[in-house]
Amino acid sequence: MPEPETTGLLAMPPRLPPWLSRAMEPLPLAPLQPALALMLACVGRSYPDLYDRLGEHAEKRFGVDPTDLPLAFVLEPRPGRPVARAVRTLPAGLDTCIRGPLAGLIGMAEGTLDGDALFFSRVLWVEGDVAASLALRNAIDDARIDFGKLLLGGFGPLGARLAEFIRVRMRARPVAGGSSWN
Amino acid sequence: MELICPAGTPASLEAAVEAGADAVYCGFRDETNARNFPGLNFSRHELRKGIALAHRHGVKVLVAINTFARAGSFGLWQAAIDDAVAAGADALILADLATLDYAARHHPTQRLHVSVQAGAANPDAIRFYAESFGTRRVVLPRVLNVMEIASIVRESACETEVFVFGGLCVMEEGRCSLSSYATGQSPNMNGVCSPASHVAYTEREGQIVSTLGGFTINSFGKDEPAGYPTLCKGRFNTPKGSGYIFEEPVSLDAAVMLPALREAGVTALKIEGRQRGRAYIAGVVRSFRNILAALDEGHRAPISGLAAMAEGQASTVGAYRKGWR
Repeated sequence: MPEPETTGLLAMPPRLPPWLSRAMEPLPLAPLQPALALMLACVGRSYPDLYDRLGEHAEKRFGVDPTDLPLAFVLEPRPGRPVARAVRTLPAGLDTCIRGPLAGLIGMAEGTLDGDALFFSRVLWVEGDVAASLALRNAIDDARIDFGKLLLGGFGPLGARLAEFIRVRMRARPVAGGSSWN
Repeated sequence: MELICPAGTPASLEAAVEAGADAVYCGFRDETNARNFPGLNFSRHELRKGIALAHRHGVKVLVAINTFARAGSFGLWQAAIDDAVAAGADALILADLATLDYAARHHPTQRLHVSVQAGAANPDAIRFYAESFGTRRVVLPRVLNVMEIASIVRESACETEVFVFGGLCVMEEGRCSLSSYATGQSPNMNGVCSPASHVAYTEREGQIVSTLGGFTINSFGKDEPAGYPTLCKGRFNTPKGSGYIFEEPVSLDAAVMLPALREAGVTALKIEGRQRGRAYIAGVVRSFRNILAALDEGHRAPISGLAAMAEGQASTVGAYRKGWR
């Protein structure tokens, strides 16, 4: 019989190189804000089912913290009056916060990485209202949004290149073998 | 053997169909199914569209209405059964005797499957469901080894479906009250085990501590793999030591058992994970489709390589190979 082959799955997102994070540190956040607002309005119009899935959680305040970027995002999906803004550090009083490397967050949002697998491997972590985070994850997973382009589009050509860079890097990572319990 | 795949959303259903599922199972967005999680499941409209899409690709859709009906609210379960039948479901997956009786009486031509939640683990129980309600298939609890499954197949006219990948429960499927004890909600009655609304994670002295309903259930070091925040996967202090006293946070991966399960006469292989994302659905379904294709061609089963998808980053063949006996 032929030898068995391994059918691997990609699961471990890479972290952005520190130099890239440092290079982004001086960039002002102000130009990003209108782009984020536009992005969120666009998402709201294009994916109305997303609010249906979020249900009561659409009124919650979400923090999204890419741990390898020198900025974070505050998201308030509220139907009809959504708010998204970039911040240097997340403010207190958010309902829930999702932390992880940018590639992991984008991969999960785009449906190329599994959120539970990222959680099991401790790549991604949730604080606060876990139900709200779960609802957001499921709603976005179903919506099939090109989140990388939307999220980083505010940085113009640099953002688009960054999104593509992350996407290529994510595809390139083979999975590490796990242990067998019995 | 058929490959039965999970779908928590329409996008996941599409991913399962594209990845090679023979059938997809899903549920309504309420407490009538055992994955009643925030942001998950199907509206009536989504189910109709999903079934139409699946049927265009020659894929069947099985609708799980597998919780136990609450006294005084049976209408919710009746409506779920009626609506799933009207939507064109190929089979209903039921556990409660009342829902089985209602479906058999009101939709006598509808194919019915016995859910794993019914805990039917011997030929007598399976025969009772088949004779009483005309059930055509039973999803076997994850407590049986391959020889026991083969014995059940020989003694039952019912088709058998077994789990081959995904989360494991303690061996009291349909009867577990751990979540109820901690939160007042259970997978059996409310469709949700360890509801996310009752889960919290906090950082304490460098450890991530998970709590459920106020009970501390686990703590993880910086790089230690994590599991679901359920009591059965908790670590406890006992007079005889500390550790996982119910079960380890591991996923079932029975890929290596597929030849034996086929030999045992199993009809269908089920992948757990309606709560998982599209990436899991697509990856796991494709992997098992490849393994089945290899077996059909007389090759040895390729290694699944699904460790990264597993709870606790570890896998087990579970009760299929009972090494402790």
